[in-house]
Amino acid sequence: MPTATVAGTAVELNDEGFFVDPEQWSEEMVPELAAREDLGELEDRHWQVIRFMRQEYFAKGTGPTVRALGKTSGVSVKELYQLFPKGPAKIAARIAGIPKPKGCI
Amino acid sequence: MDLTTQKISIIVSKGSLEGIYPALIMANGARAEGMEANLFFTFFGLDAIHRKRHEHIKLTTVGNPGLHLATWAGGLPGVSSVMTHYMEHKMEAMDIPSIPEFVEMISDTGAGLYACQASVDLFGLSKDDFIDQVDGIITVGDFYEMAADGHILFT
Repeated sequence: MPTATVAGTAVELNDEGFFVDPEQWSEEMVPELAAREDLGELEDRHWQVIRFMRQEYFAKGTGPTVRALGKTSGVSVKELYQLFPKGPAKIAARIAGIPKPKGCI
Repeated sequence: MDLTTQKISIIVSKGSLEGIYPALIMANGARAEGMEANLFFTFFGLDAIHRKRHEHIKLTTVGNPGLHLATWAGGLPGVSSVMTHYMEHKMEAMDIPSIPEFVEMISDTGAGLYACQASVDLFGLSKDDFIDQVDGIITVGDFYEMAADGHILFT
């Protein structure tokens, strides 16, 4: 399991770059994690999605898919892709320190 | 994961429920993975983006052994509608969007939706027959140009 140093703290990531243990994550890591995804400075809307991802993960055991995000996060599918062009659920999950969301749709 | 496939172009040639959904799911999934995705609707697949028809896509009940229904029974009046309704009900319970909603969502993900020029001419259709999300009516040549350096799926 590769270990990475994010914001001065050692964290465990899987081969796809997702946190193995979401408890190792902290908000201070977000700017550095976002930079790894080639996202510049995050806006409030990014944060809204990131916080929502974590909230859903801890409530349901898996992060939401893009469709679920579009229906429940308050950010539309169109805007989600503007915020995270390389895949909203996947990239936001990596930045939010949770495993890759399961689900096909 | 560093994806080696960065672009997928999906040709939708069938106008049945089971012909259209897999293509939509694969396109949506590709976008969710950060891949570029384009859908090319040809022949009866055009019904998926037809303004008046995309709400009435039916399941194939004749000549569909996977349905485990006697062929004669599948051809009875109303069976296709009933089976389609049943399937839609099951899909709704799983939170799978209807075809019109799904196509709109896929357009929102930034995937391209294209109609095949030859099929449009064959069926005597025009741009007005299609939903607003359609990005254009293109030729096979245009499609291959668009699909270059990616993978192509035919459904």
